[in-house]
Amino acid sequence: MVIRFAFLLAALVLAAPLAAAQGTPLTLASTTSTENSGLLGEILPRFTKDTGIAVRVVAVGTGAALNLGRSGDADILLVHAREDEDAFVAAGYGAFRRDVMFNDFVIVGPRQDPAGIGAQKDAASAFATIAMREGLFVSRADNSGTHKAEMRIWRSAGVDPVSASGRWYKESGSGMGATLNLSAGLNAYTLSDRGTWLSFRNQGDLTIVFEGDPPLKNPYGVILVNPARHPHIQAKNALTFIDWLTGPRGQAAIDSFRISGQQLFFPIAKQPQR
Amino acid sequence: MNTILNAFAEAGVLLASFDSDFLAIVGLSLRVSLSAVLIACLIGFPLGAAVALFRFPGRGAVALMLNTFMGLPPVVVGLIVFLILSRSGPLGVLGLLFTPTAMIIAQAILVTPIIAALTRQIIEDLWGEYSEHLRSLNAGPLDTLGTLIYDARFSLSTAVLAGFGRAIAEVGAVMIVGGNIDHATRVMTTAIALETSKGNLATALGLGIVLLVIALAVNAGVQIINAMGARKDAIA
Amino acid sequence: MSAPQSILPLEVRQLVYEAGGTRLLHDINLTLNHTQRTVILGPNGAGKSLLLRLCHGLLKPTSGEIVWRGAGTRDQPIRHQAMVFQRPVMLRRSAHANITHALKLRDVSRSERPERANAALALAGLSDLADRPARLMSGGEQQRLALARAWVTEPDVLFLDEPTASLDPAATRAVETLIEGFHAAGTKIIMATHDLGQARRLADEIVFLNKGRLLEHAPAKQFLERPDTREGRAFITGDLLW
Repeated sequence: MVIRFAFLLAALVLAAPLAAAQGTPLTLASTTSTENSGLLGEILPRFTKDTGIAVRVVAVGTGAALNLGRSGDADILLVHAREDEDAFVAAGYGAFRRDVMFNDFVIVGPRQDPAGIGAQKDAASAFATIAMREGLFVSRADNSGTHKAEMRIWRSAGVDPVSASGRWYKESGSGMGATLNLSAGLNAYTLSDRGTWLSFRNQGDLTIVFEGDPPLKNPYGVILVNPARHPHIQAKNALTFIDWLTGPRGQAAIDSFRISGQQLFFPIAKQPQR
Repeated sequence: MNTILNAFAEAGVLLASFDSDFLAIVGLSLRVSLSAVLIACLIGFPLGAAVALFRFPGRGAVALMLNTFMGLPPVVVGLIVFLILSRSGPLGVLGLLFTPTAMIIAQAILVTPIIAALTRQIIEDLWGEYSEHLRSLNAGPLDTLGTLIYDARFSLSTAVLAGFGRAIAEVGAVMIVGGNIDHATRVMTTAIALETSKGNLATALGLGIVLLVIALAVNAGVQIINAMGARKDAIA
Repeated sequence: MSAPQSILPLEVRQLVYEAGGTRLLHDINLTLNHTQRTVILGPNGAGKSLLLRLCHGLLKPTSGEIVWRGAGTRDQPIRHQAMVFQRPVMLRRSAHANITHALKLRDVSRSERPERANAALALAGLSDLADRPARLMSGGEQQRLALARAWVTEPDVLFLDEPTASLDPAATRAVETLIEGFHAAGTKIIMATHDLGQARRLADEIVFLNKGRLLEHAPAKQFLERPDTREGRAFITGDLLW
């Protein structure tokens, strides 16, 4: 009986690689903001229905996603860190980059807003006020697109928050969700993309305390990992995907996505492109 | 408090719903972890037994390694397997990253030292009892290994359960090498991590309760088989 | 059975065994032929078990030689021997499987094993217990199973190390009857015991050990009636030897 059981298990193991090899889905490395908000869950099935091409999503930070592209472990990247994206393509890791959409960041914080940033005129002065009053702030600190955006704002506020690391400035080193959980627990400020915030279910006493400043705009780009560098990249299907995403079908799908009645992502692809 | 109560409700709903996505996640968890344990047994039983039985140079070092590797952090194993299976890594051409196979490999690496180290202990004890008889019968190394592993089968099942417990419960390795891809490499633990990151704490804990129930079922199953076998074969 | 095929006689030359810096056997010289039942007699700690294990090959001598001189000696003399221990090693299997396991190690074909195991169990009067887990049997039944397991491999020589030391009289009688059966079938018996009564019942010749030295090697009747040494006389009369 033991032996029969072992054979059964062996069959399971052997079946695993076969199942994985059947059809070769595209691997899309993207960020937690697109996956956790439910956007990709909404639009990818439409793409698969239109084209018959399956897409697997690995949701990581933008920095990690770019690394997956560099090592050739993803076919396509959907990320938000414009400078890094351009550098990625310029270095030959990516074949090209295209605009897809934007959403925006919001500063989330305690309902009472102890540092009083809600009244500030722009994001930079809001951050400066947090630093001045030493309001608790949780940073992603994970090299993600959101983290890079946060650091840009600190720079324009003329503040080096890392020198306060461990005091009022807490570096979580984790994804948006974990960082929001930490902020809710500490009743602290943090910078979040609007989508993750809206779909986040453990908001505690937090609310949006500052929003709407243009520097908080968060553009997403799609990048084809360079097939010349990594021959196994499924360039043909990947191009089909990028064309679809930046074409009318994909852009309309992005446009119609709502969380609790609110639009999160705004299509910006120039059309037609190629 | 509410979250915890809700979690039990969520667990009940999940178990009662037979939701196909949920069942696929449970199924993949079991497939990955059971496969990893099977591979770990195929390697760990003979390896542990060999370290118990045979005198060879570096035997002490191997035993020390096995005991140390019992505590390997899953993320470290995940990272190493990731780097090896990455397209830029030595085995990149296989294209195994972000597949269940990669997860099985990572978990097998985690579990093998546990099974090997516990096997070594169990076989060493049994060898103390059997050695004169087997040597009197002039048993060769393979026959000796076979006899000891077969006769220690019920004690070894405890080692297997310890390995299975580690595999089914770990998240660090499968998250890195599997990528937590929906409908492809999402397992119970990575789903729990995902729901936690979405702030769905009740759902996350509900999944955790389900995981516990499954682990309980597997352990109970092995215990029942053991009890029946023990009565039949007198392992006492 | 037929002497020309046997690995005997056994020649032990200047055998010394030390462990942990202590000399446990001193310069043993001994030749055993294949016809007689040899009983190694002596008090506890005399070195009887050590001598058996050295002859069987379970231990390596510190110095000296153990040579099987018989015409039947092939490359691995141990394959023509069997040993039964004071506390039999019972595999965690049924009585029947304990025997088929030994047959497997003797390269007996799978199809032949069950029949031969059944015959061995019948010989030991254990047919009814064939499917019983060996470790749940009584001490006497276990020792009979150990003898059946030895018998089934058809050894030229059977070593027995105090096989009845932990058994009651009835179980002892059953075991002794089996040993007689081995002898009748032509197997050389070499048995260690400290039980004088058993030596009287079973021995053709006596090897008397004391404190790691071989003091006497004589026909049983001669040693049991007129030991040559002071130690032998003391052992026979039940005095404690120091």
